[in-house]
Amino acid sequence: MGSLKPVQETDGGSFLATRIDELVNWGRKNSLWPMPLGLSCCGIELMAMIGPKFDISRFGAEAARFSPRQCDLLVVAGTLTWKMATAARLIYDQMPEPKWVIAMGVCSSSGGMYDSYAVVQGVDSILPVDVYVPGCPPRPDAVIDAILKLQKKIEREHPLARLLGGTTLADERGSGQLTHQPNGAVPKTKFDLHPHDPRARR
Amino acid sequence: MTTQTFEYQPGSALHDQDDPLHGELMQLEMGPQHPATHGVLRLSMKLDGETMRGVEPVVGYLHRGKEKTCESLGWAKFFPHTDRLDYVQPLMNNVGYALALEKLAGLAVPERGEIIRVLLMEVSRIAAHLIYLGTTAIDLGAVSMFFATFKERENIYTILDAYTGHRMNNTYVRIGGVFADVDEKVEDLLREFLARMPAEIDSWESMLSGNRIWYDRNRNVGVLTKEQALGLALTGPNLRGAGVEHDLRKVQPYSGYERYDFDIPVGTIGDCYDRYLVRVEEMRQSVRIATQALALLKETRGGEFLAEDRRYVLPPKDKVHTSMEELIFQFKIVTDLRLPAGQCYHGIESSKGELGFFVVSDGTSKPVRCHIRSPGLMNVQAIPPLAEGRLFSDMVALIGSLDFVMGEVDR
Amino acid sequence: MGNAQTLERARAALGTLEHSVRDERDGLATLALSTATLGQALEALKTRAGFETPTLITAIDWLGTREPRFDVVHQLLSLAHNDRLRLVTPVAEDQRVPTATHLWPGAAYMERECYDMFGLVFEGHAGLKRLLMPEEYGWHPLRKDFPHQGIEPDRIYREWDRKRRAEWHPEEAR
Repeated sequence: MGSLKPVQETDGGSFLATRIDELVNWGRKNSLWPMPLGLSCCGIELMAMIGPKFDISRFGAEAARFSPRQCDLLVVAGTLTWKMATAARLIYDQMPEPKWVIAMGVCSSSGGMYDSYAVVQGVDSILPVDVYVPGCPPRPDAVIDAILKLQKKIEREHPLARLLGGTTLADERGSGQLTHQPNGAVPKTKFDLHPHDPRARR
Repeated sequence: MTTQTFEYQPGSALHDQDDPLHGELMQLEMGPQHPATHGVLRLSMKLDGETMRGVEPVVGYLHRGKEKTCESLGWAKFFPHTDRLDYVQPLMNNVGYALALEKLAGLAVPERGEIIRVLLMEVSRIAAHLIYLGTTAIDLGAVSMFFATFKERENIYTILDAYTGHRMNNTYVRIGGVFADVDEKVEDLLREFLARMPAEIDSWESMLSGNRIWYDRNRNVGVLTKEQALGLALTGPNLRGAGVEHDLRKVQPYSGYERYDFDIPVGTIGDCYDRYLVRVEEMRQSVRIATQALALLKETRGGEFLAEDRRYVLPPKDKVHTSMEELIFQFKIVTDLRLPAGQCYHGIESSKGELGFFVVSDGTSKPVRCHIRSPGLMNVQAIPPLAEGRLFSDMVALIGSLDFVMGEVDR
Repeated sequence: MGNAQTLERARAALGTLEHSVRDERDGLATLALSTATLGQALEALKTRAGFETPTLITAIDWLGTREPRFDVVHQLLSLAHNDRLRLVTPVAEDQRVPTATHLWPGAAYMERECYDMFGLVFEGHAGLKRLLMPEEYGWHPLRKDFPHQGIEPDRIYREWDRKRRAEWHPEEAR
């Protein structure tokens, strides 16, 4: 899931390098431009968050551009289905680095209340996620809390080291590989296979 | 001075020599992720310049398998799933589902329960139409409307939070009534909200209705005739905008709607502007019904809000902890709720049209079928005939005015 | 609502077409038809009995409990007479059902959904393809023998993902 070492303990910590890191991280965390992937009910709470009462503009994040090329924070708000999964992955791929992902709501964190044939059991099956926000839907306050936690996470990054070729984003934050198997995709024993499943014939 | 008009035909002599498409139609995919498609809808369209010639909606990007889930979970546990159907009006869907089950079971809801349900439904209708107004306006460029309507929605959320404990997806309706009573604090919040609403609606109308841009973008766009609307199985404001006076609350009343005094707004031309006017007027009528319901609520204070039928309705928790019978009823209802065998359909007038639940039971605790008749799916179906031959920018006005929510379309 | 009058009007419109009356729990006027008579019945009900709009077209899978396996349910609404009518048609697994799209264009999506979820083919439907599941899906989810959690739900995504990684991220293969 990525390292959470405090800033002081990292190696290569010259005064100038850490200051540059801090400056870059400060700039990035205070201007997170969300890419709202508003899929279902959480999308309405996302809109409420952008609205006047909860106002993420206080955190520099009101520039919700709907093109992934112009955003750095993907907020997966709502249930991701397997039909939509390819589109979601394409959107993630189109976002330029650095990029972060918030899985808003239980549907994108773990499939939520839908353990059915069409729902991805957690968007981390296809994308690397930085912050998970439980709730169905989470209150906008909870998502703002997630943005704040993400800001603290960004403070711990080392952009200069990455620029100078030392580490990659995957090293710092974990890769985009499957962290757990999606629903029913890989049966653990042969008795888990449904008789209609083509793999049962082997 | 004579004016010449040119009729552009692809492949004609007036066709641009440098056209890279050589007169063919351009394929443009709008969605599934798009700010103006109101959810995950993909519109696959062929464009002739800016004119749309052949739009094909592709739905299913939010298909979560709800009908299958009902068969696996059981009747009572499906309530939270109904919330998430048309997620801008969760309580309305709850009531629709509960009414279908109560019809199948032959269960009557006590008077106070019905009044609370009507109140919740009308507040949900206002909330849903606010979403329509806010999102359609911002898609057409009127950004302040989005903030104004969402500010009002926050007030509705405050009321629902005080009453149900959650802002949206409340799941507060049970078979036989509602989960808990409306107390005085919630009544006060409602009264204050409803008193303020007519002035707010007037202020929004003053921003939009006489606005030249709004009028030009909506007048004569997406004209639906009566026969077309009926053929497309449209209901709700889309049908009423086309001039058909059909509202299930009046013609096939349920949940005590015959007690309330309200009007049905009906359009004339059937274009986007008419549908807009119908929805705004419906908001006013909802305020009227809700005010009457609130007055009735005061009269029935102390009444029953949940039926007492222990085959379907959970007993009060304090009795469960002390009495044996109540404990057995609790156990049986939670693990093994059975409805009588048979088929049953009940349709309610939701903000998008006729939301219906077709439930089939065989007498066991496992449902045979729960089909959700979704008005949003029919609204999506209306996009291709209305978009044919129109300019691309009208598509945004059309999508907004047909007003569908993908949670309901895809289930 | 006068279900007796609804039935009378419907039966009068159907005339000599073979049908039978069913008693349903919610009291809605219900007629049982067969696939042979359904097409003409729908036309008759629209033109002669005043049912201007369809409410729903769906199916029920009675796997194991009875033959034929499916029941196709049409529900019609008449605004002029303010009543509803339900038509139930038993359909076997490989039987085709007549379409209603020539009468009501709105039936197109309803029938596509039945095809997608149950595998029922509607004869005469121009463009009968899947509505909710992806085109290449291969299963009919609402059938009773299909498991709730699905069979290889991520197959299409994994194939796409394999191609994507091979094309855009060849370095990950090493």
